[in-house]
Amino acid sequence: MKANEKAKRVDRVMTWIFVAVAGFFILLLIAFALLVIGRGIAGFEPYMLSFTRDGIGNQLFNTVYLVVLALLFSVPLGIATGVYLAEYAKPGKVTHFLSICIETLSSLPSIVVGLFGYLVFIVMVGAQWNLVSGALAVSILNLPLIATTTKDAMESMPKGYRMGSMGLGATHWQTIRRVLLPACMPRILTGIILAAGRVFGEAAALLYTAGMSTDINWSNWDITSPTCPLNPFRPGETLALHIWASRTEAIRPDAAQIANFSSAVLLILVFAFSIGARVLGRRMERKLAGGK
Amino acid sequence: MESKFEVSKLNLHYGQFHALKDVSLSILPHEVTALIGPSGCGKSTFLKTLNRMNDLEEGVVIDGDVLLDGKDVYKEMDAISLRQRVGMVFQQPNPFPKSIYENVAYGPKLQGIRSKVKLDEIVENALRGAAIWDEVKDRLKKSALGLSGGQQQRLCIARALAAGPDVLLMDEPTSALDPISTSKIEELCTELKKDYTIVMVTHNMQQAARISDRTAFFLLGEVIEYSDTDQMFSMPKDKRTEDYITGRFG
Amino acid sequence: MKEKSLFWKEHFWHGLISCCGLFVIVLTLAIGAFLVYKGSGTFTTYGHSIFEFLFSSDWSPVDSSKGGGSVGAAIFIVGSVSTCGLALLIATPFSLAAAIFMSEISPKLGTRFFRPAVELFVGIPSVIYGWVGLTTLVPAIRDLFDLNVGYSVLAAGIVLAIMIFPTITSVVTDAIKSVPNDYRKAAYGLGATRWQVIYQIVMPAAKPGVFTGIIMGLARAFGEALAVAMVIGRMRAFPTSILSPTTNLTAAIASDMGGSMDGGEYNTALWTMALLLFLISLLFIFIIHRIVGKGGVEKNESK
Repeated sequence: MKANEKAKRVDRVMTWIFVAVAGFFILLLIAFALLVIGRGIAGFEPYMLSFTRDGIGNQLFNTVYLVVLALLFSVPLGIATGVYLAEYAKPGKVTHFLSICIETLSSLPSIVVGLFGYLVFIVMVGAQWNLVSGALAVSILNLPLIATTTKDAMESMPKGYRMGSMGLGATHWQTIRRVLLPACMPRILTGIILAAGRVFGEAAALLYTAGMSTDINWSNWDITSPTCPLNPFRPGETLALHIWASRTEAIRPDAAQIANFSSAVLLILVFAFSIGARVLGRRMERKLAGGK
Repeated sequence: MESKFEVSKLNLHYGQFHALKDVSLSILPHEVTALIGPSGCGKSTFLKTLNRMNDLEEGVVIDGDVLLDGKDVYKEMDAISLRQRVGMVFQQPNPFPKSIYENVAYGPKLQGIRSKVKLDEIVENALRGAAIWDEVKDRLKKSALGLSGGQQQRLCIARALAAGPDVLLMDEPTSALDPISTSKIEELCTELKKDYTIVMVTHNMQQAARISDRTAFFLLGEVIEYSDTDQMFSMPKDKRTEDYITGRFG
Repeated sequence: MKEKSLFWKEHFWHGLISCCGLFVIVLTLAIGAFLVYKGSGTFTTYGHSIFEFLFSSDWSPVDSSKGGGSVGAAIFIVGSVSTCGLALLIATPFSLAAAIFMSEISPKLGTRFFRPAVELFVGIPSVIYGWVGLTTLVPAIRDLFDLNVGYSVLAAGIVLAIMIFPTITSVVTDAIKSVPNDYRKAAYGLGATRWQVIYQIVMPAAKPGVFTGIIMGLARAFGEALAVAMVIGRMRAFPTSILSPTTNLTAAIASDMGGSMDGGEYNTALWTMALLLFLISLLFIFIIHRIVGKGGVEKNESK
């Protein structure tokens, strides 16, 4: 019975430790978020939101533009790869190798992907820093997430969907296109939003692709001009890179305030996307389930 | 004879669901008591109240007395020491992913026994007690998951015995086993009741008739009839018992 | 006519989608090939030995294609290994405790509150961690230990630990959750306390998953560039203690690649570092496969 007493005491102590660690961590996370957002608000001046050299408006625009461009590449390719793995791939060496490739891509350090992008899209093409090559580099990072989400979603579909559609005389592709993909949409969309959230914060892969300068003239709408906002082949510094730059190449007196504010904006954006993906995913699941 | 368990006016609520209604039973030592009844009648729930496994589930509210040797298991005992005295064997054989030896030695080790000699002795006795010693004595260090289903279940019985209980609770211990393994476990029960008190939930009426001394028939959370097994199967007092054991429902 | 177009469409899409799958393979191989091509230049074009690159601390590559400098990257490698090791040392106990809390102590709070919070923090951009580390942690370390600068292995280790904590926690939580409930019931039935069940039964059964989580965290720490570069000090010297500044592989690539001449010795040596990072990430994948594969065998075979 003495052993029991001791065991129970240890059990109580350990339980307290677990609760304490979990509590500590939640507090740390909350403190972190509050610190970032609070400091951003504290140092806020209206000019910081302006779309000029002093504000971060241009960087914000570049970030959003880059996300859109990156998704333009990674979404079709990612979904197609997922569909291939779930529907067309025959079990065998090639398929196995493809899954290993996706795993490799997903664990690549982003700086390595950035270097690859730099080499192929900048050096080999002979271009200057530009948004498209940044978007391409980031797509490589995004691709595995979208592909695996699609594959998992397709594979979790009930067999009946496929049978039902094929039984009506639909071809394989028609079944994928009209039955399976729509049914998978909530999960795929959640994956895409999460992927987009990651692009917001990516910096290392953009260092040598999208570049660290931005020069936009908001009255110039000639898309071939390097200062036109919509020209995808102009250099485009994103918010995340701006934070990095204000640490190393800070020459302005308000660099710290700007970086604080940028961090806050970035954090809120990322949180909004992450929570948005969750809410949207849940709502769409419910809608599909309710329609049954 | 002094009863081992004395249960009186036991009520158990599972959230809104009234799972056990005013159950009163006395379980006698050195006997096999069988609990029978259709699925969802509360027999497994009742079994779990005897060693407080219900504590692990949420939303369970218990009211009434469960006395083990005259001591209230809910008020005067703690769950840990209770479970060391009242061992349990589950429906699915559930050995740990450890060696055969480690499985059996787990209970004694929990109780603080560290001596290798002592542990060896306990393990051997438990394995002999569960009639599996001869089959495993040469592979004690091998994983328990390599045993067949029937062997695993006997190993689980040995594991329970090694903890040194005086009561064994068995929750449909043979439902996942083939007929040969089943008969081995049944023989074992008749053997074990010399030293232990056994309470067994079973779905199988023949099994209850074969090995139990006393049978309780549960229906919708109530004990309809509790009597000597021979008597219950030859001339049940209640019409519902008769319907059930003759296979008219359930 | 209509049927013909149907079949044509079927083949078209099948072909197109297969091409996309194939493209991903080509892309991965291309990344590997380019890294090998650029990174091996140090050894082929400039004639340095692999031994020099890995074990010499003499780092003075020439920024031209003439060559003749030295490319010992040992300081960078030691910097990466020590910061990641420290991060793992800090993060692992916390992650395990948090994972156990989420799955065993309070699953309700875990799924409703803790898990989403942890996932939220997986997505925080690394530059924000770096920035907060730079502006809060670095000065704090400087003042606390009375140093000249707060840039240190410790600062990098802490920043990395916070970054990999969510990764390890979520993988380990999944591993613990997949331990069959039967094991727990059996142990409770023998009179084990909750801690005994966790420590003696659940964690050993979840071991492969725990290691997978730790390796995944390590992989993330190794590849992290900017957050570390912001707090490590980027001083080219071996760290003498966890309070001294040093540098690492990713920080070197991030800060020096842009200024170096393409194809020059300096540039090529940086590519070799990238190649090394790539090989390390492949190694981690390989280890994870080994662990997961072995975990499956262990179930049937003896231990």
